[in-house]
Amino acid sequence: MYPADFRYTKDHEWIKVDAGVGTIGITDYAQHELGDVVFVELPKVGARIKAGESFGSVESVKAVSDIFSPVTGEITEINSVLTDAPEKINSDPHGSAWLVRIKLDNAAEANSLMDAKAYQTYVDEKAQEQSA
Amino acid sequence: MRYLPKSPSERQEMLGAVGLDSVEELFVSIPEDFRLREPLPLHRALSEPEIIEYFKARAAENAPGYTSFLGAGVYQHQRSVVTDSLVQRGEFLTSYTPYQAEISQGTLTAIFEFQTLMCQLTGQEVANASMYDGSTALTEAVLMAERLTGRHKVLVARSVHPEYRQVLATYAKNLGLEIEEIGYTASGQVDAKALTKDRLASAAALVVQSPNFFGGLENIAALAETVHREGALLVDTIAEAVSLGIVRPPAEADIVAMEGQSFGISPSYGGPFVGVVATREKFVRQMPGRLAGQTTDSNGRRGFVLTLATREQHIRREKATSNICTNEALFALVATIHLCLLGKEGIREMASQNVAKAQFACAELAKIPGVRRAFAAPFFNEFVLEFPRSVKLINAALIRDKIIGPLPLGVNYPELTKHGLVCVTETMPRGEIARLATAVRRVLETPL
Repeated sequence: MYPADFRYTKDHEWIKVDAGVGTIGITDYAQHELGDVVFVELPKVGARIKAGESFGSVESVKAVSDIFSPVTGEITEINSVLTDAPEKINSDPHGSAWLVRIKLDNAAEANSLMDAKAYQTYVDEKAQEQSA
Repeated sequence: MRYLPKSPSERQEMLGAVGLDSVEELFVSIPEDFRLREPLPLHRALSEPEIIEYFKARAAENAPGYTSFLGAGVYQHQRSVVTDSLVQRGEFLTSYTPYQAEISQGTLTAIFEFQTLMCQLTGQEVANASMYDGSTALTEAVLMAERLTGRHKVLVARSVHPEYRQVLATYAKNLGLEIEEIGYTASGQVDAKALTKDRLASAAALVVQSPNFFGGLENIAALAETVHREGALLVDTIAEAVSLGIVRPPAEADIVAMEGQSFGISPSYGGPFVGVVATREKFVRQMPGRLAGQTTDSNGRRGFVLTLATREQHIRREKATSNICTNEALFALVATIHLCLLGKEGIREMASQNVAKAQFACAELAKIPGVRRAFAAPFFNEFVLEFPRSVKLINAALIRDKIIGPLPLGVNYPELTKHGLVCVTETMPRGEIARLATAVRRVLETPL
């Protein structure tokens, strides 16, 4: 379910780091909790973002949720496909519906985040809490 | 809804949770002088006959039989009794905010119609379900421009209603929003020469009013072109909505903030009224307040719902686009019914009569020796006259003839000491205009 080469946050963002550049998205769990996504608000290319701070928002029919950055760095690219097709976040959250690319200040920063296994355990616990 | 007060121990527990010792500490941000130290001096409870007497006495304080030439943001217009009978229907008068679409189709349909009318009149693509009034609508429009541009300064024309500017300044004070004023020209319009490249490049928006506080029309299209060149937005505020019956809609403005009082809402004591924010569709997610949208139900039938509510405060808390979480539904309904009664031709006719009567009044008054029209800009139903002596003195004499004279502008514009703002709407009989002219002539012929 959750790609092994990604790292994950407790706020349900994922990041895949490749040669110092991280691709960031929201997880399948997050899209499922949000429901139908209708709008995505993203930062401008060149913007500086900090780990743990909000850099944009995802709006579904139910709510608007902030997206928090897993790492610190500078935005190098945004996924403009989402402007016209925000629903891709529901259909392909780990693939074509990535949100932004960021040049990490510290290439190793993402290593401290949860790996796929840990994240799976984390969301399983969440699901259990909810059904309890 | 039951009201459940807290016990002292529960209060203490709640205070403990937020790390405070007393309720008083919650109010530290309110200056000492404004905090109530003793119980409000409320009158003893009155019986029903006493209450009726009390209100009769208040009603007698009104000024029946007086002719008023005051406008300046609140206008006297014809209104039909049909409007009152319809809005007083219980389904409208007592209905709560329409969160539940399945039981609120009447209210939601009315709001949708209101939004549609506001778009048609302003030439904008989307209008919200209404705001408190024109001044708060303007403030919200400015905050919206700030969010859209990421710039924290706003240029505000001095020809914008002084009270609207005060409301904006109140909000701006604690939001880190800088306000820079732009003066007016000899014609009483925005000084376009002051709109330098440097000023505009750091500004979120230029705020103008048209017709402006002096009654004059601004060149919205030209101003929009100037500000857009530097990436700023144009906010146009309208205090006299009936002007839209004849004035070109401000389609080039990015945000229109309007007072809707002129659409069938009686002046009362200056409120409550209804505000409007209208804008381009691409800015809809930064628009304050709520929006009724058209959709289809599970059987494919046309229906209405509150839409984009996910940006509102009751869902998004401190991250809401604005802290208005409601609208002026009943007054929006008054405006909607009023406009539907008038129709496309009616609003045009009403607006034309305003222009004709105001032009006539201005010409008559300017014939009086020593009186001259102060600004050359084309106007709708208000104009500024310069008198050879203080407007307050003239008004003191006019009131003996049961005439409420021009608004003295010196209060808000120290440089306009002998200037008065005259308003003449379609409700003003020609004979009353002549009576004002005669009275002013007589006052000025009397030696001081």
